[in-house]
Amino acid sequence: MLKQMEGSKAVAEAVALCRPEVICAYPISPQTHIVEALGEMVKSGELQPCEFINVESEFAAMSVAIGSSAAGARSYTATASQGLLFMVEAVYNASGLGLPIVMTVANRAIGAPINIWNDHSDSISQRDSGWMQLFAETNQEAVDLHIQAFKLAEELSMPVMVCMDGFILTHAFERVDIPTQEQVDAFLPPYEPRQVLDPTDPISIGAMVGPEAFMEVRYLAHAKQLQALELIPQYAAEFKEKFGRDSGGLVRTYRTEDAETIIVAMGSVLGTIKDVVDDMRAQGHKIGVLGIISFRPFPMQQAREALQHCKRFVVVEKNLAVGLGGVLYTTLRMAVAGLKLTGYTAIAGLGGRPIPKSSLHKLFLDAEQGALEPVTFVDLDWDVVNRQLEREKQNRHSGPIAENILHAKGMSSSAKFG
Amino acid sequence: MGYQTVKFYQTGTYTVGNRLLAPDERSVQAGERRSNSINSGHRACQGCGEALGARYAIDAAMAESNNQLIAVNATGCLEVFSTPYPESSWQVPWIHSLFGNAPAVATGVAAAMKVKGRSEVRVVAQGGDGGTTDIGFGCLSGMFERNDDVLYICYDNEAYMNTGVQRSSATPPTARTATTMPVGKEPGNVFGQGKNVPEIAMAHGIPYVATATVADLRDLEYKVRKAMKMRGARYIQIFVPCPLGWGAASHDTIKLARLAKETGMFPVFEAEHGEVTGVLKIRNKQPIEEYLKPQKRFAHLFGKHAHPEMVAHLQAIADRNIRKYGLLDEEKVNAQ
Repeated sequence: MLKQMEGSKAVAEAVALCRPEVICAYPISPQTHIVEALGEMVKSGELQPCEFINVESEFAAMSVAIGSSAAGARSYTATASQGLLFMVEAVYNASGLGLPIVMTVANRAIGAPINIWNDHSDSISQRDSGWMQLFAETNQEAVDLHIQAFKLAEELSMPVMVCMDGFILTHAFERVDIPTQEQVDAFLPPYEPRQVLDPTDPISIGAMVGPEAFMEVRYLAHAKQLQALELIPQYAAEFKEKFGRDSGGLVRTYRTEDAETIIVAMGSVLGTIKDVVDDMRAQGHKIGVLGIISFRPFPMQQAREALQHCKRFVVVEKNLAVGLGGVLYTTLRMAVAGLKLTGYTAIAGLGGRPIPKSSLHKLFLDAEQGALEPVTFVDLDWDVVNRQLEREKQNRHSGPIAENILHAKGMSSSAKFG
Repeated sequence: MGYQTVKFYQTGTYTVGNRLLAPDERSVQAGERRSNSINSGHRACQGCGEALGARYAIDAAMAESNNQLIAVNATGCLEVFSTPYPESSWQVPWIHSLFGNAPAVATGVAAAMKVKGRSEVRVVAQGGDGGTTDIGFGCLSGMFERNDDVLYICYDNEAYMNTGVQRSSATPPTARTATTMPVGKEPGNVFGQGKNVPEIAMAHGIPYVATATVADLRDLEYKVRKAMKMRGARYIQIFVPCPLGWGAASHDTIKLARLAKETGMFPVFEAEHGEVTGVLKIRNKQPIEEYLKPQKRFAHLFGKHAHPEMVAHLQAIADRNIRKYGLLDEEKVNAQ
């Protein structure tokens, strides 16, 4: 059913359609509207049977989900940013124990400096946690990915993060097609756990494992993600058949057929990038887009196939691997190993910095002309940065960086980024 | 029932292991239907108080729940000695997740049972004092505040034993640990404010809070069974001496637990909805030295460079417990 609604509300409705049995909620922007909506559905009786638990921290949220999932209940939670970091130990534990929890990550920057706005630093910091990570481009895709995520998680008995850009998607009102309960039930069977705590058949979960078996256990987590590389496209195809639209999959290409330049990105910025690419195509540029939907498992082969005929690729990424560049670029370099390709990293949109079409347009033109540095910081205010670097050179007691930069911004260029 | 050797000296006693008592007078552990939830063959040290306490507690919980029990375990000695892969001592469904999240995992298990309409399945979470009073404290308080249907059992041996005897917030003042060495002007652990988790549990107003020791296993079983008759968040802290960490003889585990109670160092009581409803009285009050001297962790308080002022301070703590909880009968107080 077509509705005009907020992304968070749409995701809440999608999660409810998946018949979760235990939901753990802890407030953190920008995911809060999702669990608020689910809480109301549970309290009103609209969503039942379901236990909605207001926990005291994100660490507890994931821990409660670990307990409920191990006891055989379909379990869901949502978080972002500092919250994801606060639960990290339990995040690794959930995947280590092989528990098919689904969690929405409303992607948000990590402090300090504290910042509530969107980038991908939070979920990307968990890239090696053993969780699968699916990135939504639109709110429709966020809805659809949640439905696919439960199926994927439960088939593999491994947890899945559905990542959607904080505020840009979670708080955006747009048209979303919410499927019917019958459709979702036909796609997603009831949860049948591979391991369950049950007095009628006592098992021990979480035993101590020494050097004699630890590597094998860890390899199995890897093997599950390799299996996911097969299952994700399969489920996307089945989803299309049952729901009538393309959603999910490993990667998605756009106008890459004869492209000499391919822009790679994840999440909602793909929309802006496609607009710029359309404009540039209209001007005769051979340019296309590769969207990465599945960040974990990473679709090496599909990414390589998408890039193998281009001359250069530009990765626009909302994360910073400090001291290196970009996480997605580094991964893509593995995917295209041996191919003669020029690659560029463009770090953009950190902490919610807008990524306007004009900046992308200039970036892509520069790439075409070979005028880009290997690592570019899109719309970085060099005046302010250099002033701070100079201050540190001049003065031993140069003070707190963030406050200095805010001060400088107030004086020099507050109008530029509002 | 199979053949049982009859030991006639047990006749007429009420000891916890007496199998000659009438069935309804026997302890769970001496009963014919004890569940053996923690099988023999695990790797606890000789004289381990925690292994003993856990065995009695979990079997009692099994008896009371008609064997419909799921156990959650924090990281620590109990977890490590009971489940070295691929072996497991646990005959109950059992999960270990992390050091600091056992109360929350138990909340999740209880929620799953509730949502599936299996309210007959009960949940016990357990951890050491480090996992309970320090790193798991936030989750514990959250579980209490929500009054989740979980019995949490803390096996208190007063330090981080699994990692090699480091101080926890349950370590008593003056005690030697690897991080509170008996050196300097004030050797051993500091005289801080302490962290009385049973009282903090009571402050949450939860249905049941109790303390117990492995010296009185009848009392321990009674408290676990009583707790299992109730719903909501319940907390039992069991005093479990650690021969390794305390530098005590392994055959002194029960004796030290008894002395902790008889000196007043560890008050044994129970409380419902935040109010103390019963205490285990001191039967034969002992001076604090009797408790301290058999333990090497207190050795620096005695001998050539003795610290009588510290011993007196510890005695004052014990006396305060006695006053506060009314651990001595009136006539015994007056006789002093």
